[in-house]
Amino acid sequence: MGELGDTSNDRESRWRALMASAQDGDHAAYGELLSDLFPVLRRFVLRRWPNAHDTEDVVQEILVSIHTVRQTYDRQRAFTPWLMTIAARRAADAARRRYARGANETTVDVLPETFYGDGAKSEQETSDDQEAIRRAMAGLPASQRQAIELVKIQGLSLEEASQVTGKSVGSLKVGVHRAIKAMRQALERNC
Amino acid sequence: MLKEDLILTLTENCAPVRPLAHPAWRALVWFAVSLCYVAVVAVVMGIRPDFLAKIADPQFATELAAAFLTSIVAAAGAFSAGCPARPVWERFIFVFFFLIWAGALAVGCWRDVEAFGLTGLLSHSDIYCLPTILAISIPTALLILAMVKRGAPIAPFVTIGLAALASTALAAAALRLSFRQDAAASVCIWQFGSVVLLTGIASLFGRVLLHWTMREELIASFQAHRR
Repeated sequence: MGELGDTSNDRESRWRALMASAQDGDHAAYGELLSDLFPVLRRFVLRRWPNAHDTEDVVQEILVSIHTVRQTYDRQRAFTPWLMTIAARRAADAARRRYARGANETTVDVLPETFYGDGAKSEQETSDDQEAIRRAMAGLPASQRQAIELVKIQGLSLEEASQVTGKSVGSLKVGVHRAIKAMRQALERNC
Repeated sequence: MLKEDLILTLTENCAPVRPLAHPAWRALVWFAVSLCYVAVVAVVMGIRPDFLAKIADPQFATELAAAFLTSIVAAAGAFSAGCPARPVWERFIFVFFFLIWAGALAVGCWRDVEAFGLTGLLSHSDIYCLPTILAISIPTALLILAMVKRGAPIAPFVTIGLAALASTALAAAALRLSFRQDAAASVCIWQFGSVVLLTGIASLFGRVLLHWTMREELIASFQAHRR
């Protein structure tokens, strides 16, 4: 409640009524509730992490989470603590993810120079040829291509990719491994 | 635009949902179903012939009752942990019965020391308790997992730990109904120890077993709005 110092009893009652209607399947009430919550959640996330660049993403994640577990809201209990517990948990998850990604990134002042012609490139640079990589990826089976796109290009964790695709973490891991192996072979053939 | 698309998607997918029942009520339902299963297992394994005499022993009766109560209260705690903003103390009521259970076993150990000395205390080894408790508890654990998955994964490690404790404590109680193993130290190490070990291991898998998911139809609907 502390995060929502300006929350009046009227607003609490209104949200409780809207959530109860939403649980009964009232689309209009649900839309109204989510529109009400969006700025509140945005303020909540910004207060906790004022410099976060992904505030909108985190707020959207919180809204999706609220939607996913809306059956856990007990109509006999207050709505705001329920909302803020989910918001705090999801915001913490986002912060953990942000930290994990940051730990794998290196800030550089000067980007290394690259050359178009293969003769001027090192072996590593040659293998980084984007077109060749694109071709190698195009040759992958659909499931392997999806796995490598989500995990290695979009940078999702295996768990997140699992949620997006509905596949198990194990099968995604195998998919990424096989895709890398197949792409390496394809790149070697083209060298 | 993204905000409007998302709200529109969520609103369109707002099917009616039945609010979850109170955690205590859900724990009672789980316990009732699981107790029926455990009773069948105990009967199949064979109820110990001296059961009526044993249940008259206050130490045995306390131990058995505490194991059952630990199970049901841990289940209620697991369900409570999946409901955002429920009081945190609800997750830890099991500690009271768990300590009574451990205390009853400690009293049994003390009685054995008085009767047989220290050598008598450590004369039995019953390593099969661990796989037996694990095997008995799997169906009840799967049932409680399916039930806790309906909640919110806000405390996955605690939720899974409590769910595992509920299942394994019930299995340990079932074992006491069938196995004629009364050396208190043996029960303490191999039965109570198995419950603690399995609970600890299961809780490590909390985040694997319970995580936030976005349903396929929601993703498809959102992508359709974005186009």
